[in-house]
Amino acid sequence: MIPFWIIVTGALVASACSVLGCWLMLRRMAMLGDAISHAVLPGIVLAFLWTGSRNTLPMLAGAGTVGLLSAALSGWLGSKRKMMPDAALGIVFTALFALGVVLVSRYAEQVDLDLDCVLYGEIAYVPLDTWTVLGWSAPRAFWLLSAIMAINLSVVALLYKELSLWAFDPQFAQTLGMPLKRTHYLLMALVALTVVACFELVGAILVVAFLIAPAATAYLLTKRLPVMLTLSMLIGVLTALLGYGLARYLDASIAGCMATVSGLLFLGAFAFYRVRNFGMSLKLQ
Amino acid sequence: MNLIIQNLTVAYDQKPVLREVNLTIPAGRMTAIVGPNGAGKSTLIKAILGLIPRLSGEVLWGGAPLEKPRGEIAYVPQRGSVDWDFPINVLEVTLMGCYGRLGWFRRPGKSDREAAMHCLEQVGMTDFAKRQIGELSGGQQQRVFLARALLQDAPVYMLDEPLAGVDASTEVVILERLRAVRDAGKLVLVVHHDLQTVQENFDDIVLLNGSVVAYGDVLQTMTADNLRKTYGGKLVFLQDLD
Repeated sequence: MIPFWIIVTGALVASACSVLGCWLMLRRMAMLGDAISHAVLPGIVLAFLWTGSRNTLPMLAGAGTVGLLSAALSGWLGSKRKMMPDAALGIVFTALFALGVVLVSRYAEQVDLDLDCVLYGEIAYVPLDTWTVLGWSAPRAFWLLSAIMAINLSVVALLYKELSLWAFDPQFAQTLGMPLKRTHYLLMALVALTVVACFELVGAILVVAFLIAPAATAYLLTKRLPVMLTLSMLIGVLTALLGYGLARYLDASIAGCMATVSGLLFLGAFAFYRVRNFGMSLKLQ
Repeated sequence: MNLIIQNLTVAYDQKPVLREVNLTIPAGRMTAIVGPNGAGKSTLIKAILGLIPRLSGEVLWGGAPLEKPRGEIAYVPQRGSVDWDFPINVLEVTLMGCYGRLGWFRRPGKSDREAAMHCLEQVGMTDFAKRQIGELSGGQQQRVFLARALLQDAPVYMLDEPLAGVDASTEVVILERLRAVRDAGKLVLVVHHDLQTVQENFDDIVLLNGSVVAYGDVLQTMTADNLRKTYGGKLVFLQDLD
């Protein structure tokens, strides 16, 4: 059962992340997930100091709050004149991460709050921590990720037209009086929630990889947004499967292998795209 | 119905780009905004649309203040304002014209799709409905933007350089459509770059250079004197216009 749950967890993280990652990439905000996964550190430390425990829920709440605040703050700062959006993101998130480091080194060192183990999860341990819901025993990660997956999918399905205008032509959306800001912050909230929950379960590297790589890969393979969304999720699942196989074969880090495979699949799609384009340009000549 | 712009001033970084613009633009006319580079033509349109903050002043449509439009103005932005590699096809972009009418969660239905196809037909783009937008020429892209505005079917149309860099047949199609829109009693306001073609295609002209130099009927307003005041010494073909 252990390999099964690891692969299921990887597949759920992959699809929950990539369905949001597509929108982030199209809006040129692909690095937001990486930034959030670092920025939430002070939230986690504060939640830990406040409650004195390493319970999941207070930490998720602390991280989620700071994640959302930092997405809002960098978005606001980036919209101002004389401020590049990516620079605003870089400043807000590194400053918050650094604040977290200061808090850890000042207050949390005497107790065991090890950044590597507690804050940034390890997918190999996922099957050991189970919850029983309605008589079904499954890893905690499975329940949490299924809930997040359901939320992400329904928001993307329900707000498909708002999100596509937000990503494609926000100025036009504004002239229609569409709820652009609410759409924006809803997506930011989903990204913050997803990133925080996933990195606590499977580690930061995997979250960042799954937010960007499957979306970027799918983007190369299709010209249709609905296809891109579906394809990115399938690529994510495939990545989890192949990544686990590679980890078993090499006897190496599972998260590391899954992230590596996501990069390799992208490389394959990129090569395919270039070769196909080259072929088409030859035909035109 | 009139679009009234009162004392509109817009500044970037404390530097005023538009000063004290006062205009009363009537519906049923085609009005061109003309002026040199940096005159604030696009800024004027964006300030009316509420896309950039106004330092002072007010915009009224039909007597009511227009703070943030909610679909009253069909806006055709400059072509460079969107990413043409976006994974979306011509029909889907056109359908965005009806998104304002649909509420939260609602998707365009069969009748919306038919209406969108009709708008594409009006700009001669029916055969391209399923094409990804990046595969179109510049003129075709501009036609799709116009089809989207036609589907929106607003009382006011505002277009930012719709004829810049487009082929001759697209120019004919766009102008023909805009005349039809005007004849249906709507207000058409166009940022235009080509002084030579203003007289034959527009009813009124706004000569702009930081502020309104002159405004009125094309024939009476496009005098050598007004053009000199707008363009300074940069104009070389004044004699053609007298």
